[in-house]
Amino acid sequence: MKLRYFAWVRERVGKTEEDIELPAAVATVSDLLAWLSSRGEDYAHAFANPKVIRVAIDRSHVRPDSALEGAREIAFFPPMTGG
Amino acid sequence: MTATVRLQREPFDTAAEAAKLSRGRGDVGALVTFTGICRGEEAGEPISALTLEHYPGMAEAEIERHVAEARARWPLTGVTVIHRYGRITPGEDIMLVATASAHRAAAFAAAEFLMDFLKTRAPFWKQVERADGTIWVEAKQADDQAAARWVAPARGRAAAE
Repeated sequence: MKLRYFAWVRERVGKTEEDIELPAAVATVSDLLAWLSSRGEDYAHAFANPKVIRVAIDRSHVRPDSALEGAREIAFFPPMTGG
Repeated sequence: MTATVRLQREPFDTAAEAAKLSRGRGDVGALVTFTGICRGEEAGEPISALTLEHYPGMAEAEIERHVAEARARWPLTGVTVIHRYGRITPGEDIMLVATASAHRAAAFAAAEFLMDFLKTRAPFWKQVERADGTIWVEAKQADDQAAARWVAPARGRAAAE
């Protein structure tokens, strides 16, 4: 599964993307945010306030309780400021 | 209906893009264009430039989803959305929404609808260069409130419309 990071989330994590093996217990977006935070300080800093983290699965916006099953690409980013 | 959605680094020509929506047609009575422009300040502080990061693939898909919704809600003959990314300086155009229809109500409403959603759901992020460094622009609550106005009406009201 590919994870992608944008804007200040990318800066704090220190990567633009990575490929990971998802543990079986990580079933939802919220689970994934918590699991990533446990992997290291950079992740914990990036996801310190989950309420401002937006997530997309396979290029569509999803909610924190969305299931990860079947996802190929998950992106994490701050609230958007386009336009 | 002609729909054009484009992301690019380069500046665009608003008049030329708008003209494409009406040229050679007898059914366009209304053409609305909105241009987003880089200001010389952000949150009260002067800036020398802004840089737009985006999520390639998702940005186009998200804009196309909203163009499709605009087509479903209003009788449009054409829509064009162009959004730049990369480094942009004050005074330069950032993005264009152009809508065409037989009559003005649909063209105006669709343009505003697209802008309100582009501000909140299109995956772009701005950084600005200030005298004291480069900082990320924060999303504004007013933009979320603007987008919320367009949420589909309850079934009862939709039947009445």
